[in-house]
Amino acid sequence: MSELSVPRAARAPGWFDRIGIGHLLLGALLLVYPAMANDFFLTQIGGYSLVLGMIALSLMLLAGYGGMVSLAQITVAGAAGYVVAIFGENNSGIYGFGWPWWVYGPLAILIASLMSALIGWVAVRTEGIYTIMITLAVATACFYFAQQNYALFNGFPGYNGLRAPEVFGVYWRDPVPFYYLCLFCAVLAYAAVLYGARSTFGMTLQAIRDNPRRMRSIGFDVTAHKVFAWWLAGLIAGAAGILLVWFNGRISPGTIAVGPSINILVIAIIGGMRHPIGPFLGAVIVTLMQTFAIDIIGAERFNTLIGMVFLIIVFISPDGILGLWERVKPKAGGEDWRASFRTSVK
Amino acid sequence: MATTVAASRLQGTGANALELDGVGRTFGALTALSGITMRIAPGERRAVLGSNGAGKTTLFNTITGDFNPTSGQIRFFGEDITTLAAHERIRRGLRRTYQISQLFKNLTVRDSVFLACRGVSRRRFSLLRPRDTDSAMAQADSIIHAVHLDGDRDVVVGTLSHGQQRQLEIALSLAGAPRFILFDEPAAGLSPTERRDLIAILNALPRHIGYIIIEHDLDVALRVSEYVSMMHNGTLFTEGTPEEIEQDPRVQEIYLGGGHG
Repeated sequence: MSELSVPRAARAPGWFDRIGIGHLLLGALLLVYPAMANDFFLTQIGGYSLVLGMIALSLMLLAGYGGMVSLAQITVAGAAGYVVAIFGENNSGIYGFGWPWWVYGPLAILIASLMSALIGWVAVRTEGIYTIMITLAVATACFYFAQQNYALFNGFPGYNGLRAPEVFGVYWRDPVPFYYLCLFCAVLAYAAVLYGARSTFGMTLQAIRDNPRRMRSIGFDVTAHKVFAWWLAGLIAGAAGILLVWFNGRISPGTIAVGPSINILVIAIIGGMRHPIGPFLGAVIVTLMQTFAIDIIGAERFNTLIGMVFLIIVFISPDGILGLWERVKPKAGGEDWRASFRTSVK
Repeated sequence: MATTVAASRLQGTGANALELDGVGRTFGALTALSGITMRIAPGERRAVLGSNGAGKTTLFNTITGDFNPTSGQIRFFGEDITTLAAHERIRRGLRRTYQISQLFKNLTVRDSVFLACRGVSRRRFSLLRPRDTDSAMAQADSIIHAVHLDGDRDVVVGTLSHGQQRQLEIALSLAGAPRFILFDEPAAGLSPTERRDLIAILNALPRHIGYIIIEHDLDVALRVSEYVSMMHNGTLFTEGTPEEIEQDPRVQEIYLGGGHG
């Protein structure tokens, strides 16, 4: 819509202009990545980063656009994971109804999104740090409940032997198919968030973040809109949860513990929450660090190194990697970096 | 147009635009409002005067539902809205502005006004981007024009000057089809030129839109209102035409502290 006021837009912007050179280069790189990477880098780094990035993206949606910082995103992803374990196949000897993936997949996403909406419905009564605390409380409660409940969650061991399906003769946990599956889902979620940010609802959410009182006095049901945002975030986190259990081959309370839930927050903060690319950048950095810090500094101190890097990034740039980029990007006069990309194409 | 719909709806009901019956509000031991009874006809333009702490803004907050009154009843065009949620009152045609601008600092002027139009229409949850042909967009543009912000349509709200933010405050209250607007000190902090602009904007409002205006500047208040209610210590002190109020010696004593200006 702002194109109207841009004088050089004598013709409608083409698809190339609309997607932007940055996205095209990044997309091309990600597509040919399997040709350059071995299986380890393809799955443990590539696929895993994309999955964590999606979960962090669901947090970015809530926190970046809605001002609601949630520590329960891994819990929502875990809910989808447990649905996969219970309704799909497992080796743990309880449940494992063996439903096909195209039934348990949508069911898992649906249940995760409803759970997310429920958590949101409780959390939106609070603001700021209290939202963090209440979602932390929910995440912790879910962790202990899953750990102590054997009837449904199989307690401490959880479920083992979860297998990704074979579709079109392809086993989707093989390195290359799994990588492309994760890439496909991540791109879909990323594009949806990027598009949705400028949708009516996206603007609504950002306006609620800026001033909920004013939103009420122009006719918006603030609570309903916030809960809807949680539901949408739950769709993304739920889809990522399915990929996560296919990746791990198992789900247990450890997956949804407090450590992993803080990990998601760390990813989102390191990457930056002002643009949906941030969570993916953060996920790559954190995954690389968690994989290789142990080689650099040894088993006893690798968490210290990760913590140091986190501190340094937050110290230098509270907006994460995106904030760093804002400072060093080519000066093009545009306020946002997509604008500067567009200018550099010209 | 939506405004004519509102106008016809207005003629259909014989009720007052706004009726307050013994409205009170306490905060713990503090009584901010007590026994406010008021009748305001459709299309009427009323000024509420009173010194600081008289309860004027509290009165607005109870009418719009920012918080509910602790006693009494509020009717809007005949309907009891005393405990209705704030956004529901807005959808019935009530609007307000704030004494301290309450805006969306990261949105553009146009998107802000668009949202205000969307707030009282359908597709509030739309996950699609609004088109330029969207009726709410067209409405937003005409409101932006009405408050003289055409040149700043695509400016981010946080970078607007104070005066422009006050104009945007008014724009947000004009969105949709307002039937009644509460203006809370719209002239606060404005320059003399901007004040003249404000008076022009208020006087150019369609006749069927009534309003209450809280205003410390008597010159502004008396030029945009037909009737004046005077508040003191949370109660309604006296009511009358601007002339009567100006002459009333008790008013001079309480509000003007003896001297003019």
